Amino acid sequence: MAEITFNDIIKPENLAYKRSKLMTDNVMHYCPGCGHGTAHQVLAEVLEEENLQERTVGITPVGCSVLMYNYIDVDFQEAAHGRAPALATAVKRLMPEKFVFTYQGDGDLAAIGTAETIHTCNRGENILIIFINNGIYGMTGGQMAPTTLPGMKSSTSPYGRDVSMMGSPIKMADIVAMLPGTCYVTRHSVNTAGGVRKFKRALKKAVQYQNENRGTCFIEVVSNCPSGWKMTPVESNKWLEENMFPYYPLGDIKVPAE
Amino acid sequence: MEKELRLMKGNEAIAEAAIRAGADGYFGYPITPQSEILEYLMEANPQATTGMVVLQAESEVAAINMVYGGAACGKKVMTSSSSPGISLKQEGITYIAGAELPCLIVNVVRGGPGLGTIQPAQSDYFQATKGGGHGDYHLLVLAPSSVQEMADFVELGFDLAFKYRNPAMILSDGAIGQMMEKVWLKPQKKRSEEILPWATTGKPATRERNIITSLDLDPARQEKFNLKLIAKYREMEENEVRYEEFMTEDADYIFVAYGTSSRICQKALQLARAEGIKAGLLRPITLFPFPKKRLNELADRMKGMLAVEMSAGQMVEDVMLSVNGKTRVSHFGRMGGMIPTPEEVVENLKSFIKG
Repeated sequence: MAEITFNDIIKPENLAYKRSKLMTDNVMHYCPGCGHGTAHQVLAEVLEEENLQERTVGITPVGCSVLMYNYIDVDFQEAAHGRAPALATAVKRLMPEKFVFTYQGDGDLAAIGTAETIHTCNRGENILIIFINNGIYGMTGGQMAPTTLPGMKSSTSPYGRDVSMMGSPIKMADIVAMLPGTCYVTRHSVNTAGGVRKFKRALKKAVQYQNENRGTCFIEVVSNCPSGWKMTPVESNKWLEENMFPYYPLGDIKVPAE
Repeated sequence: MEKELRLMKGNEAIAEAAIRAGADGYFGYPITPQSEILEYLMEANPQATTGMVVLQAESEVAAINMVYGGAACGKKVMTSSSSPGISLKQEGITYIAGAELPCLIVNVVRGGPGLGTIQPAQSDYFQATKGGGHGDYHLLVLAPSSVQEMADFVELGFDLAFKYRNPAMILSDGAIGQMMEKVWLKPQKKRSEEILPWATTGKPATRERNIITSLDLDPARQEKFNLKLIAKYREMEENEVRYEEFMTEDADYIFVAYGTSSRICQKALQLARAEGIKAGLLRPITLFPFPKKRLNELADRMKGMLAVEMSAGQMVEDVMLSVNGKTRVSHFGRMGGMIPTPEEVVENLKSFIKG
């Protein structure tokens, strides 16, 4: 068998993965090893493959992904902290033919925006909510989030999260799955190639369900935060698998009847 | 629907006028004394006729952010509330102002602070005219004094909001919201199908993506944006000042009053004139921009101006700034949901004259 050289590997015909045309040339502000970049890329691929650019309105949160609109080439609205689902509600109701998604972190979606999250899902708005859960406030410098694991250290839980004082980490996907308005609730990761492929399939299903007006789709991505967790990217992915996945198990929580 | 004469509450007039003005969406939350707006719209069900979306949100916070989302699509959207609810909306309002989006916000004011009372007041003047939320910004503020103006200012508010890409507010009060008067309603306007060039409606190949945001992390660019906003507010001050005068030609003293207070002052000035006091009235219709120039002109020949408000004295500060020391200015107000009588306004004018 002929040896495969570097030059063979980078030939266009051998490329298994390439950058989506909907990703802009802007340099990302995300830290090395952060899951946001991968999640953005997968979302951009799906928007491109499903031909959605012309009818997509995305809503960005407050948090690390506040500047997401710099990276994916679709129309965007930048919401106040936690309010993205309220904006998305109005966009979809006023323009039902559009594809509408929010992209939110755990502080945004599971703390300050809890009411908007619950009620948007309860009304069954025909939107997609993408929830990046890395168990910490990344943008503001690593404070405790509602999803921070028991005992996990952060700048506002320097001795580790004490559940007797701060309660237990909240499992938003399980909560919204109980509401009749949600049609599809699923939990994924983007730290392995296999995880990326599954996340992509989930996004494609969500596109289909929104096209069919079936209710709210909620996709959680359990992700890492090397800077906030004070770990190298490799360490953070290991910690993710050993600590986050057992508490936030991956897989479908609710799927629509076919 | 044709032009039509109806007997309506101020709140109902706002709701009906919104449908007829071709509004695309209303997002609200119940609070006294303005719940009739949401109730009327739910019963009228304009989604079935004009296609106007009406939604009861889970909170005032959600409602104003629905307005943000709708406005960012270039749609004609509005919300309404009363004082405590408007305080909750301030976060959304400053984002809307910062993102330069047009929308209409109605405040049917009740007494405060806190939960206060459900009776009428004018104690949200500062909040309405000086920004209300954080950051340097202004709303364009219209102050109706009749049910007719409640209806008329819906379309005017939308027009001005879109002209300047700035949120507009109707600053009413519980008296005008709840009282019934006859009102001429305009014929039904068609909802606009125009796609505005800046709106987020999905990116076609023919333009760059549209981004609606109030964020700019570069201080130099953000300051430039602040200057742009200030220029916009100066333009409003040049072009959009609206007011009404009553018997100011020969007046020695004038009342300055808006909304419900201005109606009381109309009666008070007749009573004062019957007693030989040459009284007049200037009623600001736009509270921002405020009729500063006109008050400054009038100050040249007035012995004094009495600001009459259902508050501890808020608009009076703008009157003082307008006249800049040229004439005496004082304030008379009732609070907590109390409405002054014309007689006590005249008594107050007399003691003001005595000095």
